[in-house]
Amino acid sequence: MCGIAGLIHRGKSSKVGYELQGMLQALKHRGEDSTGYALYGDTDGKNFIMRFKVGENVGEGSTSVAEDVSVYDERKKIVDNYLNEMGAKIIKEERILPYSLRYEIEYNKKDLLEFSQKIESIPGVEILSMGKSLEVIKDLGNAKMVCDRYNLDKLVGTHAIGHARMATESGVDIKSAHPFWGYPFSDVSVVHNGQLTNYWNNRRALENKGMRFMSECDSELIAVYLAEKMRDGASLEEGMKESLIGLDGVFTYFVATKDSLGMAKDTMAAKPLVLYESDDLVAMGSEEIAIRSILPQEIDTYDPFDGEVKVWQI
Amino acid sequence: MANIKSVSKKTKAQAMGMHTEVLTGRTQQKFFNPDEAENFYYFGTHDVDFNKRTDLDVKDMTAAEANKEIDNLMGQGFGTIVIKNPQGKHSLGVGILNKLNLIFEGSLGYFGMGSCDGPIVRINGRVGWSCAENLMAGKVVIEKNAGSCFGAAIRGGDLICKGSVGARTGIDMKGGTIIIGGDAGAFTGFMMQRGRIIILGDVGINLGDSMYDGTIFVGGEIGSYGSDAVDAELTKGDQDWLKRKLKVAEIDENFDVSKMKKIVAGKKLWNYDNLEPAEKKGAI
Repeated sequence: MCGIAGLIHRGKSSKVGYELQGMLQALKHRGEDSTGYALYGDTDGKNFIMRFKVGENVGEGSTSVAEDVSVYDERKKIVDNYLNEMGAKIIKEERILPYSLRYEIEYNKKDLLEFSQKIESIPGVEILSMGKSLEVIKDLGNAKMVCDRYNLDKLVGTHAIGHARMATESGVDIKSAHPFWGYPFSDVSVVHNGQLTNYWNNRRALENKGMRFMSECDSELIAVYLAEKMRDGASLEEGMKESLIGLDGVFTYFVATKDSLGMAKDTMAAKPLVLYESDDLVAMGSEEIAIRSILPQEIDTYDPFDGEVKVWQI
Repeated sequence: MANIKSVSKKTKAQAMGMHTEVLTGRTQQKFFNPDEAENFYYFGTHDVDFNKRTDLDVKDMTAAEANKEIDNLMGQGFGTIVIKNPQGKHSLGVGILNKLNLIFEGSLGYFGMGSCDGPIVRINGRVGWSCAENLMAGKVVIEKNAGSCFGAAIRGGDLICKGSVGARTGIDMKGGTIIIGGDAGAFTGFMMQRGRIIILGDVGINLGDSMYDGTIFVGGEIGSYGSDAVDAELTKGDQDWLKRKLKVAEIDENFDVSKMKKIVAGKKLWNYDNLEPAEKKGAI
């Protein structure tokens, strides 16, 4: 059992980091092995923001093997060298935690596949997100712990999705935590609640087509599945509708891009979702209490039906 | 450490004579005897006065605290309780086993009004998953929408949602009536065994899948029928009953019930293991 939450402000920005923290904290009883945020912040859109990790959080019930912290510095140096080799210029650098970094980089090539493959060829390095608005932050612990650790409550933006995880299919570590970046597409992220039963069949087929998986978490399949559909020319909504047939199991998932937020529910409607929609705000979560954390007044909400796909623009 | 002494004590069920039968087949049935009436009162029920009314603001309470306070108020004889600021909390109003007028000024989360027997409840908001699960008797009215598993395993009473409901409404229900003013999701009436479901709007795929018995009435479009769910003739008696139910439910007494579809169990799945392979294929 996991909890997912998402919101999109239409026509204005807000403190989406703070708001999503409240929504996810309200769902912490659904799992607090790890919590992840995909925040779409207000930026000038010129530079890429790359969130990446050079190691794992080995505390707080982690299933990861502890490493000598000195390897983090060595990996970071190699990342810096590779960025330089590829013509990417680091504009701003933040090392939030020994294993977690945020770079603002100037990089003019559009294809991020080669870029990502080069960076992730360094053992232990994973790009959590790459985009001109998207920032994926995920770590072990509940929503408030992760929010406080990464100072997310002041982040201003238009929309966000997040995930409170109870690990069932894979390890308790950052690489298995949601959200998943829609590698190698800029500004695409996915969170999921449920189980996918044709994970390995789909994974093998997608890997044969050159797609990359970083974990053994079945939820990552959704991000890769949608990325492959979009690579072949499908729109986000078309890809999501195809996923209702291509993905087997029970699921509700959210996907976000630079300017949109979508949800899809499987044809069995086995996983919960409550939705609130108004002219200027859409908020949704696994349980109504997530929405109530930002809208305490009486509101009209509903459960989307089986096989329903919806996409909203900012 | 466990209290060893308590092991030797008779349980309440044993004291009521519930474990004296030979537990095989139909001998498990225990029939009501008026001479033993006092043994059949629910523990913890209250005599309440419907004219005695109070408000309870649960904004800063946990569900357990709120339910305990409802119990305290019933113990003081309050028969009409208005709950303010439920704010989507889970498990509110569960386990009420006596008559009570209960009004929620707002929405409930999961498992609201679960395992109740007798209260008359009005919820001026929406409800999350599994509202009124295992309802035995009474009436629960929801003014807005409801989540999935609405009325799961109810045994009796009337459960009314004036808006739309999610998937698996009336799953495993064994009695009572569920009335939906709007649309219903997939697998409505899944494995229902008795009782009636009325849906005035559309309904999703696999309606009445694997239903053993009971009846489903649908006013709108049906996504698809589930295994062993079949059409039946809508009789004059059915129409009269539907009109009366919709009027009592204050949901839409002018609805044209003569055009509703009636769905029942085809009963081919009964004794499934005794069927020939070709018959099994047909049943599924």
